[in-house]
Amino acid sequence: MSKKLNAIVMKPSDNVCTVLEEIQPPADVTADIGGEIVTVKVIEKISFGHKFALRTIRNGEPIIKYGEVIGLATKEILQGAHVHVHNLESCRGRGDK
Amino acid sequence: MSPVIPARNYEWSSAAMQFRGYRRPDGRAGIRNHVLVIPSVVCSNRVARGISQQVAGTNWIEHQHGCAQLGLDAELTAHVLVSHGTHPNVYGVVVVGLGCETIRAQDIAERIKDLCPYKPVHLVIIQDEGGSLKAMAAGAAAAQAMLIGASTLERVPIDIAELILGTECGGSDACSGISANPALGITSDMLIDDGGTAILAETSEIIGAEHIVAARTVNEQVAKKCFDAIRRCEALAIGMGVDMRGAQPTPGNIEGGLSSIEEKSLGCIYKAGSRTLQDVIGYAEPINAKGLIWMDTPGQDIEQITGMVAGGCHLIAFTTGRGTCCGSPVAPTIKISTTTQLFEKMNDNIDLNAGTIITGDETVRQVGERIFREIIEIASGKQTKAEVLGFNDFAIKRIGPTM
Repeated sequence: MSKKLNAIVMKPSDNVCTVLEEIQPPADVTADIGGEIVTVKVIEKISFGHKFALRTIRNGEPIIKYGEVIGLATKEILQGAHVHVHNLESCRGRGDK
Repeated sequence: MSPVIPARNYEWSSAAMQFRGYRRPDGRAGIRNHVLVIPSVVCSNRVARGISQQVAGTNWIEHQHGCAQLGLDAELTAHVLVSHGTHPNVYGVVVVGLGCETIRAQDIAERIKDLCPYKPVHLVIIQDEGGSLKAMAAGAAAAQAMLIGASTLERVPIDIAELILGTECGGSDACSGISANPALGITSDMLIDDGGTAILAETSEIIGAEHIVAARTVNEQVAKKCFDAIRRCEALAIGMGVDMRGAQPTPGNIEGGLSSIEEKSLGCIYKAGSRTLQDVIGYAEPINAKGLIWMDTPGQDIEQITGMVAGGCHLIAFTTGRGTCCGSPVAPTIKISTTTQLFEKMNDNIDLNAGTIITGDETVRQVGERIFREIIEIASGKQTKAEVLGFNDFAIKRIGPTM
């Protein structure tokens, strides 16, 4: 590793990207997805350590990080939008459902 | 705190995988030489603390239990107390009881003595001594004599294969799964490759990643134990009729960017490295196997530490993204930050920085090797920040009601 990371995609199959510095919109963020360099326009403020959508994610679609399902979208999430508890629900330990 | 015995001129080299520790008469290795004051019941916390505070260099624990407990729950509490007394990092023990409690101090002292006949064990019962002041005086005199005895022991070279490392992440953030946990995974692999033992725990923080851990178990039975442990844990949350989010992940985790337990767990399991999982064992159960072991503990940091130490962990490597200051009274607790910002902000409490992975200054491998070297130094007597600051966090998992 030779340079500072400012955004990281954990596995090529992920549909979210984690930022390693605060991103103020609109901003083009570049990430390495399994060797392919991809640039996404971020449309919302993303705090350090938070995630944005690499592509538009439909309501009910799985959200993938580390190549695994980390939850389901509770509404449509536009490419470059913040992905967090307001639009992602956990599939596990749900005594409320 | 351990008596002041200067660490020898220890030089780390990859050829000599040894640390300098204490060889107990039963053959076990210790990395500290504590005189520990243990209350058998919540009612004797104040006296236990008073004894330790009068004798500089001793350590003590406090807890909220020991009375009006039933069956297996009472037995688990007693087992955890006894296991701290018999721990190889402990030289001698003062057990303090009130006199009328469910978990009797006499029984705790006797069980420690049965398991470790070579250890000095002194019993103080407040009602028999005639009150708290007299009990403190009696306990302090015993602790003083033990501390002088402890100070005559010398460290000797011990193979690193005898070390048992507990791994833990607390106050996770989105960098936990990128920097500190993958680095600790390298450390865990290195220790296991040298014949040692590493513990993965906090079952609730494996929910959503259990299939990955189960895929590298030594056999089908252990894989089944992985899924069973997760099913039991998840059923507790479902039985409460609520969304687990808020408890797991916690509000601080969420603020740090973790959106679900699945996301937290997938980052958590990196700290277990890549070696074969040998077994899944119960809370505070004695750790007898080598290699990677999963201990079924809650995700609450202090209950987890206490369970791992009761099982025999010599020291704890604790990664943190939000920051924590805690430490076991018996096992050195090494704090590793996920970011450089945290390392600088809570420098009083954080021993090592894995944030150099985020800044691109070090690789995951380099940080893992750095943690490994630190573990050998800590095992040989170097103090952690939590030890220097006197942290003695202790909490026992409960499995039954208080009556």
